[in-house]
Amino acid sequence: MSGPMVAARALTKRFGAFVAVDGVDFEIEPGEAFGFLGPNGAGKTSTMRMIGCVSPRTAGELHVLGLDPAHDGPDIRARLGVVPQEDNLDTELTVWDNLMIYGRYFDLPRAEIRERAAELLEFVNLSDRRDSRVDPLSGGMKRRLTIARSLLNRPELLLLDEPTTGLDPQARHLLWDRLYQLKRSGVTLVLTTHYMDEAEQLCDRLVIMDNARIVAEGSPRRLIADNVTREVVEVRLPIEADLDFEAARLKRFGDRIEPLADRVLLYTDDGDATAAAIMSEGFEAGSVLVRRASLEDVFLILTGRSLED
Amino acid sequence: MTATLRILPFLSWRRRPWRLVERNVLAYRRIWYIFLSGFAEPLLFLLSIGVGVGKLVGDLHVGGHLVEYRTFVAPGLLAIAAMNGSLLDTTFNFFVKMKYSHTYDGVLASPLTPRDVAVGEITWALLRGAAYSAAFLLTMLAFGDLRSWWSLLALPGAVLIGFGFAGVGLAATTFMRSFVDFDYVNMAMIPLFLFSATFFPLARYPAGLQAVIRFTPLYQGVVLERSFVIGDLHWTLLANAAYLVAMGVIGLRIASRRIGLLLQP
Ligand SMILES: Nc1ncnc2c1ncn2[C@@H]1O[C@H](COP(=O)(O)OP(=O)(O)OP(=O)(O)O)[C@@H](O)[C@H]1O
Ligand SMILES: [Mg+2]
Repeated sequence: MSGPMVAARALTKRFGAFVAVDGVDFEIEPGEAFGFLGPNGAGKTSTMRMIGCVSPRTAGELHVLGLDPAHDGPDIRARLGVVPQEDNLDTELTVWDNLMIYGRYFDLPRAEIRERAAELLEFVNLSDRRDSRVDPLSGGMKRRLTIARSLLNRPELLLLDEPTTGLDPQARHLLWDRLYQLKRSGVTLVLTTHYMDEAEQLCDRLVIMDNARIVAEGSPRRLIADNVTREVVEVRLPIEADLDFEAARLKRFGDRIEPLADRVLLYTDDGDATAAAIMSEGFEAGSVLVRRASLEDVFLILTGRSLED
Repeated sequence: MTATLRILPFLSWRRRPWRLVERNVLAYRRIWYIFLSGFAEPLLFLLSIGVGVGKLVGDLHVGGHLVEYRTFVAPGLLAIAAMNGSLLDTTFNFFVKMKYSHTYDGVLASPLTPRDVAVGEITWALLRGAAYSAAFLLTMLAFGDLRSWWSLLALPGAVLIGFGFAGVGLAATTFMRSFVDFDYVNMAMIPLFLFSATFFPLARYPAGLQAVIRFTPLYQGVVLERSFVIGDLHWTLLANAAYLVAMGVIGLRIASRRIGLLLQP
């Protein structure tokens, strides 16, 4: 197949009068890791569900693997792997049977499924739970099983809606490793996440969604370079401080400032110089921190909101 | 890119619903004993009502044949068993899977479609119902209640009854909001159970009620089964059969659509 894996033009989703996705355009290229970033309710899941052919679009154009979800849903889904935001494992079946039957939904021969299932359980560290029912598994284990299930049909396009939410750091890093491997083998990844480090680590390119629209697009590095200064100075304020007053006092030190609940961010190209200037103004050294700008800052500047949950 | 292109086996729409049947087999494998009540219930009815009440009631005329009450009531019980059997999986069990276990959310992310889910669940319900009906028919055979070779049609007849009610049951369930709504299903089933010429011949009902009963769904099945078993066939049976087919087909269509609307908003 040549051409993009996913192409959306003026893609729109409405629930009644409510607009969940408002005419977004994007293209996802083969082999790429593409991210949707945005606050709660931005429309990420709604978009992912349209790509996954489990939610019809209201308007606009959408092509997945060169096909139209409105007509070719089953053919497209046969080639997708999906990790939905909410686990939907079959709670009446065991871990092993969940994989067996899912492979059958994709019409794989049983011997083949057995082989892949054993391998995937090994990968997500659940081999010792294969005969357990799904309900008693911990949240993170269910997540890992869902991820294993999504890989059974060796998908060309893997849709991951907040894949690592609920995973412990070790499981998270394990999953990142596996996603790298998949990417290297040519699988296209589409993911949503609230974790900036995850987005920066995994995504070649991402879009930031806010209020049903895409507000920025590019590689993590590009987005930072285009929207934020090189460095950020964080000034932590004591609890009793008057935020507005302190912000006004700090304003002249940065190109731009963002007051948060307990600290003020100053965007500047020379962090050390700014920090020194602030400290000479009487701010305590221990409360001033210089760091590189991150996607978090891009997000804050573009949406006026912090991504921290 | 070519490295990631894989040839996938062609999974046709004819085969897809069977995957759901396969899923139910896996799910029930661990709780097979739940199956047994379906065999026991109609047999208990046959013994208590057919044999017990039969002793008090005496023989009856059915289309020129004089038969024992047990022979009269057994096909009615068969029709009831076929109805109940198919409603179990298509109403209550289906509701739980759809609303609480979110079983179909996972299914629908695979190549299976809402229609495959509807067809699959109905197929499953029919297979299960057919097993119960077959066992019941064997008991009737042992009692000597199968009076004609037309009885061979009684099993397909039971499956047809199952189809009609499975379709309607599935469609109705998609409109239910909570378990409270199942009271309506029971409210609808009890009069059907009692007043579908199951326990008395139609002629015993008041004339006004007779006209109503002729158009009720279970009555169609009772007439079919009784005619097959006693060997009293009429062309009008085709109308009874058509009624059940229509119930099943319309129910299936509505259910497929509704499952799509509910689970793929
Ligand atoms: N089935 C539905 N019916 C009505 N509104 C819906 C439905 N699904 C989503 N919405 C609304 O659409 C908006 C976008 O929801 P969506 O789930 O796409 O957000 P999201 O970006 O994935 O958020 P989160 O980060 O919390 O997962 C929300 O306001 C939500 O309430
Ligand atoms: Mg979401």
